[in-house]
Amino acid sequence: MKESEKTNMQLKQSLIRLILLAAGVIMVLFGVLRGEAGIVLAKAIRLCLECVGIG
Amino acid sequence: MDKSGKTGNSVKKGISFLLARSRCGIQFLATLLTNIHLPNFFKGKIYQGSGKTVCVPGLNCYSCPGAAGSCPIGALQAVIGSSKFRFSYYITGFLILLGVLLGRFICGFLCPFGWFQDLLHKIPGKKFSTKKLRPLRYLKYAVLLILVLILPAVITNSAGMGNPFFCKYLCPQGVLEGAIPLALADSGIRSALGNLFAWKSVVLITVIVLSILFYRPFCKWICPLGAFYSLFNRVSLFQMQVDESKCISCGKCRKACKMDVDVTQSPNHPECIRCGACIHACPTQAVCYHYGFNTNKTKQEYEIKGDVKK
Repeated sequence: MKESEKTNMQLKQSLIRLILLAAGVIMVLFGVLRGEAGIVLAKAIRLCLECVGIG
Repeated sequence: MDKSGKTGNSVKKGISFLLARSRCGIQFLATLLTNIHLPNFFKGKIYQGSGKTVCVPGLNCYSCPGAAGSCPIGALQAVIGSSKFRFSYYITGFLILLGVLLGRFICGFLCPFGWFQDLLHKIPGKKFSTKKLRPLRYLKYAVLLILVLILPAVITNSAGMGNPFFCKYLCPQGVLEGAIPLALADSGIRSALGNLFAWKSVVLITVIVLSILFYRPFCKWICPLGAFYSLFNRVSLFQMQVDESKCISCGKCRKACKMDVDVTQSPNHPECIRCGACIHACPTQAVCYHYGFNTNKTKQEYEIKGDVKK
């Protein structure tokens, strides 16, 4: 494989990583803004009946 | 290769070796930090602070008395199964971030249930290979898709709320970390346990027996969290690096890998949990960890740059 092709591949992979990281941050922020974090907290601080096998 | 490059490589290999060697200690620390509220085990209650707004990286039940954060799979189902939402941007984004930053390093180093299976596999006795059971790997993607993402959103009650199907019917962590310690400390919870607990206990016992015989059966075949992280192993910043100029194709790394991966053929295979068994096994120190945006240097690259003889 030529060096230029290798460089292109590396750039492409770095770009994919950056896009995914940015998407992750945006999704987390959007989720927090629409109130998902509250639902997570409300579920986590009460005993999860399904998890422990009560019902 | 210049002198600084060689020094850098040997430092990286030294760090890789040390990291792989310290794995059990790191797993213990990660499990402790994930379940840091130890007094709650004696009180028979769970931590109720705002720390549970954030998820922990590994599979760790939020009904464990010591749990410091939320279980990502439980939280995902909680949001999907709520009356307000049918998809969780918050948890999906969080898992994408962890997937890109660490990939399945989380399974190998940070997951409490992964460590539990590792310990069980150390029990002396006959061990079996899972190489012929490779197709079962795909089961975990079905578990993620059907039990975690689809059923909690589709099968809902009159209030529009869905069940956390994976937590309810399949997850052994709830019994191990939640039901058993809570039932031991609280007679009220003990008396409330019924058929569902019995079913989940059967699942837990099956996983325990299989973990003694096979290496990490739950991670390989069932775990939806491992399935999610595995999708990011190839693009993760945490990668395995094979120096092809040093590899003598002895096959020792392939034989040492309990996740049935050939690191020389596919260093960032979705099943690789970065346990470092291949780093230990390599007689020429050709395998090491690599972290960062720049990707692996192959033999061809070294040849292009004139670092090795053709």
